[in-house]
Amino acid sequence: MTSTTRTDPTPPSPFQYAPAPESRSIVDIAPSYGLFVDGEFVDGTGEAFKSVNPATEEVLTEVAAGSEADVDRAVKAARRAFTRVWGPLRPADRGKYLFRIARILQERAREFAVLESLDNGKPIRESRDVDVPLAAAHFFYHAGWADKLDWAGLGPGPRPLGVAGQVIPWNFPLLMLAWKVAPAMATGNTVVLKPAETTPLTALLFAEVCRQADLPPGVVNIVTGAGDTGRAVVEHDDVDKVAFTGSTEVGRSIARAVAGTRKKLTLELGGKAANIVFDDAPIDQAVEGIVQGIFFNQGHVCCAGSRLLVQESVHDEVVASLQRRIGTLRIGDPLDKNTDIGAINSAEQLARIRELSEVGEAEGASRWQPACDLPARGYWFPPTVFTDVSPAHRIARDEIFGPVLSVLTFRTPDEAVAKANNTTYGLSAGIWTEKGSRILKIADQLRAGVVWANTFNKFDPTSPFGGYKQSGYGREGGRHGLAAYLKGAAE
Amino acid sequence: MIGMTNLLDPHAPATSPRTVDEPPAPYGDVTRSDAAFRAFLHGLPGVDQVGAEARTTVLASRSIKTTAKAWAIDTAISMVDLTTLEGADTPGTVRSLAAKARRPDPGDATCPQVAAVCVYGDLAGVAREALAGTGIHVAAVATAFPSGRASREVKLADVKDAVANGADEIDMVIDRGAFLTGRYLDVYEEVVAVREACGDAHLKVILETGELVTLDNVRRASWLAMLAGADFVKTSTGKVSPAATLPVCLVMLEAVRDFRAATGRQIGVKPAGGIRTTKDAVRHLVLVHETAGPDWLSPDWFRFGASSLLNDLLLQRQKLRTGHYSGPDHVTVD
Repeated sequence: MTSTTRTDPTPPSPFQYAPAPESRSIVDIAPSYGLFVDGEFVDGTGEAFKSVNPATEEVLTEVAAGSEADVDRAVKAARRAFTRVWGPLRPADRGKYLFRIARILQERAREFAVLESLDNGKPIRESRDVDVPLAAAHFFYHAGWADKLDWAGLGPGPRPLGVAGQVIPWNFPLLMLAWKVAPAMATGNTVVLKPAETTPLTALLFAEVCRQADLPPGVVNIVTGAGDTGRAVVEHDDVDKVAFTGSTEVGRSIARAVAGTRKKLTLELGGKAANIVFDDAPIDQAVEGIVQGIFFNQGHVCCAGSRLLVQESVHDEVVASLQRRIGTLRIGDPLDKNTDIGAINSAEQLARIRELSEVGEAEGASRWQPACDLPARGYWFPPTVFTDVSPAHRIARDEIFGPVLSVLTFRTPDEAVAKANNTTYGLSAGIWTEKGSRILKIADQLRAGVVWANTFNKFDPTSPFGGYKQSGYGREGGRHGLAAYLKGAAE
Repeated sequence: MIGMTNLLDPHAPATSPRTVDEPPAPYGDVTRSDAAFRAFLHGLPGVDQVGAEARTTVLASRSIKTTAKAWAIDTAISMVDLTTLEGADTPGTVRSLAAKARRPDPGDATCPQVAAVCVYGDLAGVAREALAGTGIHVAAVATAFPSGRASREVKLADVKDAVANGADEIDMVIDRGAFLTGRYLDVYEEVVAVREACGDAHLKVILETGELVTLDNVRRASWLAMLAGADFVKTSTGKVSPAATLPVCLVMLEAVRDFRAATGRQIGVKPAGGIRTTKDAVRHLVLVHETAGPDWLSPDWFRFGASSLLNDLLLQRQKLRTGHYSGPDHVTVD
């Protein structure tokens, strides 16, 4: 069966929310940006590239691309800072800098939120309520660890690794920066960070924050660019530690490049998480969790609940409720405070989402989308639900990284676990049931780094995050996350 | 304007006769025994408190500005059940309240009138007389309000007395003691009996959610009341704290939405107590809009049980019209 169902347009509601856009006057975007190396903004020697607002296709600014020589300068600066300043610094003083950065992030929260929504396309509600507060929380949390590492359970006198080369994705630009930079700094490492090509702006604003916080030059270096720049960071001889978040494909090539070197590596890669809804679940809240699981950040979430596994006895009820709920989602201007779903980050990503959705239909799944008007310019994709999906379909196996949900069914708990684990990934999973004993039993059987119970996409700096199988290795956040940036006294 | 019309069938007679002896299809047999009714109510999907609160937090962050705010304020005013439930109420205070109900803002004829005036049953006649010809309803609390601790005969007499005095809406309280001890069928039968005693008057069933405490109980009590023939489910008496909260209202809106989907019968919702500011009222309207849907955005299907709320709505309305805030002396004291 192949069909595209759209619900009939309902008569307009008398309650039309007037536009409530957050003002963009708070951000001051320069016409061009250089690299941030050794505490200074410098020109890059690579060819500059443009950063685009995905909601309008407006060019926001031009950003320098870091060449190999630029990356080398950045790594040298980081090495210098590590040996002369940051490494020898009293741990409590390192903590002070992190606290200072955390506070500045809070003070400039609105600026960061607006800039993030402009550059990434995510709704201001999410950048304001999730990305920026969580980024600040990561700095606060790790600031506390800086002088307590001896008691982190990692053995006596753990020492920093040296220079960390970090490459982050475009889905949570500032938050992923915080996940990488905060633990590296707290443990005494220095950093060369490459933000994603399509979303470099909040990282460059963060560079300004580093200057505002009087952070010693070279502790944090930011080298913008595309894949080649990232490769130069990862492959640089003087990098001691590589941390990458992004696609499994790139992660694999990084693992190859790092193999046989002394470099330590953590990878946080793709996912195809199962969100399992049992028939005794609190249905209304489960529906909210399904929506939050797959439509949060337009589905550009590595741990998105992209596979809904619903018990057959409540399948129809859940799908009907879900469709009604999706009909209330507000799609449009990311800067409007009432927007629930913003723009797809890039034309390239939009093409991939479209392609996989078409494959889904071609393979026999039923596509459903609500009746909604999409803006004429920019990159947009409506929230989409596929039913009649079989585990053999590509939309049940491949990471789509967009607002596309695949609905599968199960009959028994064992079948749910078998289907949930039947993926090459293992980043996250969700369980919805009112039965506490079932939560504990199923969570134990799921091979996923994070298992949420009666909630989804909840993050906290105290909680380790990371994957099984092709979702990567190593953990970020919590006490576990510190281990990725430390070595024992004897090493 | 405020005639009780049926949105599903606008041409249906305004007071269609209803059968109250058994619940509407497909739930006709769920009240056949105590055990069956308990199994039905306990078989309703549970409510996850954390999830419900998270949902209302997101909806409370909706930014309602300019034209949307103006619409919301006027709509909220038209949904107010202007209430006085004091031992010290007199015919004079009720007449004064009725005057305010007809013309909430004496200086502005474009300001809508409220939906109803809500008083104790003995004063319903005064309110009826003061509101004659306005279309504003007279609501009376009854059934040994607010505790509900009286024999059924007394409660039914209370209802009949209020109706005889001129109330066309009855706000009853359920027997929370019976509900909390699991005697659901007793509670149901009492609501059915009150429904019959109401005659043509509309019945709002107060769950007193502050005493039921859990959201699971709120959902069960809402279904119980709807099955028994309630026209409205109402959160609170206003005499118990907490009164109306957003999560409670969310669960009740989900209940009326699901009930209409299953039976075709639309039931109204009335949060009462604790809603004092325009911001609170607008948040409730957003909740209605995005939970039950636009069909509930009328005084026929959604009411605010409130007294001080009206003045804040009027102040905000003046602010929108004039561009500056006035003060408490620019609205009338109750």
